[in-house]
Amino acid sequence: MPAAAIIAEGLSKRYRIGKLHSAYGTLRDSVASGMRRVVSREHEEETKDIWALRDVSFELEQGGVLGVVGRNGAGKSTLLKILTRISTPTEGRAEIRGRVGSLLEVGTGFHPELTGRENVFLNGSILGMKQREIIRRFDEIVEFSGVEQFLDTPVKRYSSGMSVRLAFAVAAHLEPEILLIDEVLAVGDAEFQRRCLGRMEDLSQSGRTVLFVSHNMQAVSQLCDRAIWLERGRIVEEGPSSTVVADYLQSGHGVGASKEWPDLATAPGDDLVRLRSVRVLQDGEERGATDVRRPVALEIVFVVLRDGEPVFPKIKVYDNRGEVAFNAMDTSSRWHDPTTPGEYVSTAWIPGNLLNEGATTVDVSIATLRAPKLLPHASVRSAVVFHVQDPGVGDSARGRFLGQWQGVVRPLLEWTADER
Amino acid sequence: MPSGRLAVDEERLLADEAVAGTAPAETRPSVDDAARVDPSITVIRPAPRWPHLDLGELWHYRELLFRLTWRDVAVRYKQTSIGVLWAIIQPFLTMVVFTLVFGKFANFPTHGVPYPIFTYSALLPWTYFASSVSVSSGSVVTNRTMVTKVYFPRVLLPLAGVTVPVVDFFFAFVVLIGMMFWFSTWPTIGLVFAPLFLLMAAATALGVGLFLSAVAVRYRDVPYAIPFVMQIWLFVSGVVYSISALPEKWQWVLALNPMTAVISGFQWGVIGTPTPDLGKLAISVATTVVFFVGGLWYFRRTEPRFADTV
Repeated sequence: MPAAAIIAEGLSKRYRIGKLHSAYGTLRDSVASGMRRVVSREHEEETKDIWALRDVSFELEQGGVLGVVGRNGAGKSTLLKILTRISTPTEGRAEIRGRVGSLLEVGTGFHPELTGRENVFLNGSILGMKQREIIRRFDEIVEFSGVEQFLDTPVKRYSSGMSVRLAFAVAAHLEPEILLIDEVLAVGDAEFQRRCLGRMEDLSQSGRTVLFVSHNMQAVSQLCDRAIWLERGRIVEEGPSSTVVADYLQSGHGVGASKEWPDLATAPGDDLVRLRSVRVLQDGEERGATDVRRPVALEIVFVVLRDGEPVFPKIKVYDNRGEVAFNAMDTSSRWHDPTTPGEYVSTAWIPGNLLNEGATTVDVSIATLRAPKLLPHASVRSAVVFHVQDPGVGDSARGRFLGQWQGVVRPLLEWTADER
Repeated sequence: MPSGRLAVDEERLLADEAVAGTAPAETRPSVDDAARVDPSITVIRPAPRWPHLDLGELWHYRELLFRLTWRDVAVRYKQTSIGVLWAIIQPFLTMVVFTLVFGKFANFPTHGVPYPIFTYSALLPWTYFASSVSVSSGSVVTNRTMVTKVYFPRVLLPLAGVTVPVVDFFFAFVVLIGMMFWFSTWPTIGLVFAPLFLLMAAATALGVGLFLSAVAVRYRDVPYAIPFVMQIWLFVSGVVYSISALPEKWQWVLALNPMTAVISGFQWGVIGTPTPDLGKLAISVATTVVFFVGGLWYFRRTEPRFADTV
C-alpha cells in the first residue's frame, strides 16, 4: 500500500485583523497609535481573530489527485501557502513526502537584467533544483521554452510571452513528486490558464500526486478523484469529486440553484421593477444538478411597481470557464405593451442537449428597451448556478466517450450516414 | 468596512501555547525522527516559541546562497559605464576628501601614519560594513516576490547581503596594496588576524542586517534611517581619527562599538598601528555576539509572518 504523500492534521491558521496595527506602516503610525492607547487608556485594541483555516485534516495518497473547492476567502489559498511552507500554521501539523512544486512560483526571482541563461540557473535554484540537475536538464528547458536565440539576451528585452515561456519551462522541468496548483491565481492570462490545466492533466496521468485548487468545477470533477470543500476555513465535505462538486454548487451559500428576495424593499431593482426570485427547475423540481439531456426551466419572478414602459426579463448564461454561452430575452408579445403593476412569472426554457457539462452561471435582469439601448432595472450577477451533468449512458452528444468534451455548447446533432 | 487600513497580523504566542499544551508528546518526536531518517519528508508545524537555526538546512540550500550572491554581484554594475571601478572610486574619493578636511585642516591624530593611508585602510572595512548593512537590511523587502512564493531559509537573504560587498572589498584592497608601496608602509604580523577582524565586521553587519531586514518587513522607515545612522556610526568608529588618541574612559565606551575593534585591528595588521588592547577587544567581541545573536533571534522569531506582512 503506498504511503500517503500528504497528511494534514488539524491545520489551522489565524489572522488577527485590527484597525490600529496596520500590516505594514511606518514607525510613526505605530508611535501615534501607541500614544492614542496611552491617552485614551484603550488597552484593548479593536482586533478580531479570523481563522482562515480551522482544523483541516486530510490525507492524500501517492498518485492521488485531490481537488479543493470553496468560495473566495474560504481558505483554499491559505491551505496551499501552508503546504508550500510559505506561511506557517498557527496550529496543527502536516507531513509531506516528496518534493513539492507549485505553479505559484513560476518565474519567481527572474531578474530583468540577467540573461535568459542566467535566469534559468537562478530560477532553478530558487525552486530548489540542484546545480547538476539544472545543467542536466538545461537543453530540454531551453527547447521547451523556444527562446534559444535569445538565451544571452537580458530578460528585460524579452516580450512578456517569452519570459513566461522560459519561466514555465523551468517550472515544468522541476519534476516535483507533489504538485500544488492554485488555478485561482493564474487568472488573467487565458493562454497561461490553459497551460496550467494541460500540465495538470499530464501530471495526473503520469501518476503524480496533485492538489488542485480551482473555481472550475468541471475541471475539478473531471481531473480529481476526490475533493474537499472548504467553507470559512473548515472542511464541509470530503468525498468523490463529483459528489462534492455537486453539493458545493447546490448549496453554495447564496449562490445556488435558487435565489429569493423575500423583502421587496431590499430586493434588486428600482422604483419600476424588483426581482422576487430566480429558480432552476428540471422536471418540475428545483435542481442544483441537471441532466444534460433534458430541458432546464429558468423561472424568474418579479414585481412591477408602477405603470410604465414595457419591461421584460433577460438572461446571460456562462459556461464553467466563465465564457458567455449565450444571451437571451423574453420576446413574447406579453411584454410589448406597458406592464401594469403586479407580480409576473417568466420561464426561460433552455433546451436539453445544448449546454455543455459543468457549472453554469446565469445573470438575470429585468430591463426596458429604449432603442438602441437596453436599460437594466433589476439585475443580479450570478443569480443562480447549476451543474449540468451527463449520466453517461450513451444517448447524449458525447455518446459513450467519457473524456474531456470541449465547447461552450454541445448540441446533439442529426447525423446522416450512408455507404458510398 | 472602516476607511482605515485593515491589518492582517498573525498572533502566534497563544497558538504556541495551545500546541505545547495539546500536542501528544509521544507522536511528535516520531515524526521528527522519520524526517531525520528520510530527508524527502517535510514536517510542517507552527513556528516554535524558541527559534533556532537549522544549520543542516542552510547547508542543503548552500547553492541558493551562492546563486543569490552571484546574482547581486552580476547585477550590481550592469549597465554602468565604468562598472566595477565604482568599487574603487567610492572609498578612494572619500579618502581624498577626508585627507583634505580632517588630515590637512583639522590635523586629526593618526599615530604618525600618513593620513591618506590611515583613513583609506579604515575606509575599507568600514565601506564593507556599511554596504553590508544597507544591502542586507533591505534584502527581505527587495526579494518579497520570492518570499511570498517560494519556501527557502529566509536567513539566506541577509546572508547574501553581507557576502556581496566582499567583492567590492577585494577590488578596493588592490588599491590599498598600491598605496602601501607608495607610502612605504609595511604590514605586521597582525596581518594574519585581518581576516578575523573582517569576519567580525561581517558578523556585526549580519546581526544588524538580520534585525533591520525583519523590521523593514513591517516598517518601511528602515531604508530612510540607514544612511543617517551609518553616517553617525562612521564618526564613532575611528575612520577619520585614531580612537587611541582619545581619553582613556571614552575609549572604553567606544569599545562597545565593534567597528572600533575591526578598524583598529585591521589597521594594526596592514599598516602597523599599535596592537589593539585585549580588554577593549573583548568588549567589542561581546557586542558583536550580542548583535549577531539578537539579530538572528529577532529574525527567526518574526520570520513566520514575513509572507503575510511583506
